[in-house]
Amino acid sequence: MTWLSIIIAGIITYFTRMTMVALVDRDLLGEKVKAVLAYVPSAVFPAIIFPGIFINDYGTFIEINDPKIFGAIIAILVGYFSRNVIATIISGLFSYWIIIFLL
Amino acid sequence: MFTKKQLLTKGLLSVAPHMFSVIPFGIVCGAIGIELGFSPVLVYAMSIIIFGGASQIVFLQLLSGGASALIAVTSVGVINSRHLLYGAVLSEYLEKLSFIKKLLISYLVVDQGFAESNKFFQKNKNETHLHYHLLGSGGTLWVCWQISTLAGIILGSFVPEELGLKFAVPLTFIAIVVQDIKKLDHVIVMITCGLSSLLFFDAPFKSYIIISPIIALFVAALVLKLKK
Repeated sequence: MTWLSIIIAGIITYFTRMTMVALVDRDLLGEKVKAVLAYVPSAVFPAIIFPGIFINDYGTFIEINDPKIFGAIIAILVGYFSRNVIATIISGLFSYWIIIFLL
Repeated sequence: MFTKKQLLTKGLLSVAPHMFSVIPFGIVCGAIGIELGFSPVLVYAMSIIIFGGASQIVFLQLLSGGASALIAVTSVGVINSRHLLYGAVLSEYLEKLSFIKKLLISYLVVDQGFAESNKFFQKNKNETHLHYHLLGSGGTLWVCWQISTLAGIILGSFVPEELGLKFAVPLTFIAIVVQDIKKLDHVIVMITCGLSSLLFFDAPFKSYIIISPIIALFVAALVLKLKK
């Protein structure tokens, strides 16, 4: 049963990837829709970022002094000025670890 | 004009820095599966069959928590429905591929690969073999995901939970969007999405992950209208 569920979930996931690339004719999308699609990264990724910072493993909001907020602020600053992905991730993780392990 | 090989390499290099987040997350993903009591083969098979980090964890957590298979499968579908948006964006650049090639390359459309290849595509619209970039980025992410979830399955409980490795996930996406905070329209769209995701976090089937982008895209349409 679990196996069957995984296979169905896999097929559905594959369809989410494939439908717009292979099945839907791009001409069906109007010019306005295409212009809006330019915002997709900015419209999607914060839905991963915000809960990843502000909501803990138990599904509740974190405190305002949570080290993850500090880590995220450091990562945003480092990322903005360095334009470097590795520096962004590492600075965020390390500043988070420094607070939880050293302070 | 870049050669196919150059594009493949550029794709690979574009996502390579994200390994600092993908690998820890993959390890956590594999370890959680084992911790929840599922067989190693099953946990690993998901990395090939579903190939979608967050949705794999949610699927196993729901099943082990006693949810029905229908709920678990629906949640995976809802979480991964964001790929529809990636596909809609990418289709512009993949239009000329044969149907078979479209079917094959679709399997490799994932968050970071989409983000990095899309950035490259916007700057190099006239290249002939653009899809090789996506092949490079998606293929690299696929290989790393396989290796890191396997590592997590093997290491299992050796991965210290206190490290909070999952925090690498929001960080990798911060790195992707952070340059756009220079643009007011993008900031408005990002904040709309982020706040909506917190507001709708408890909506059924983890649907906040698609509800908030849709709200944010409506706001984007509004912003575009006002800009004119």
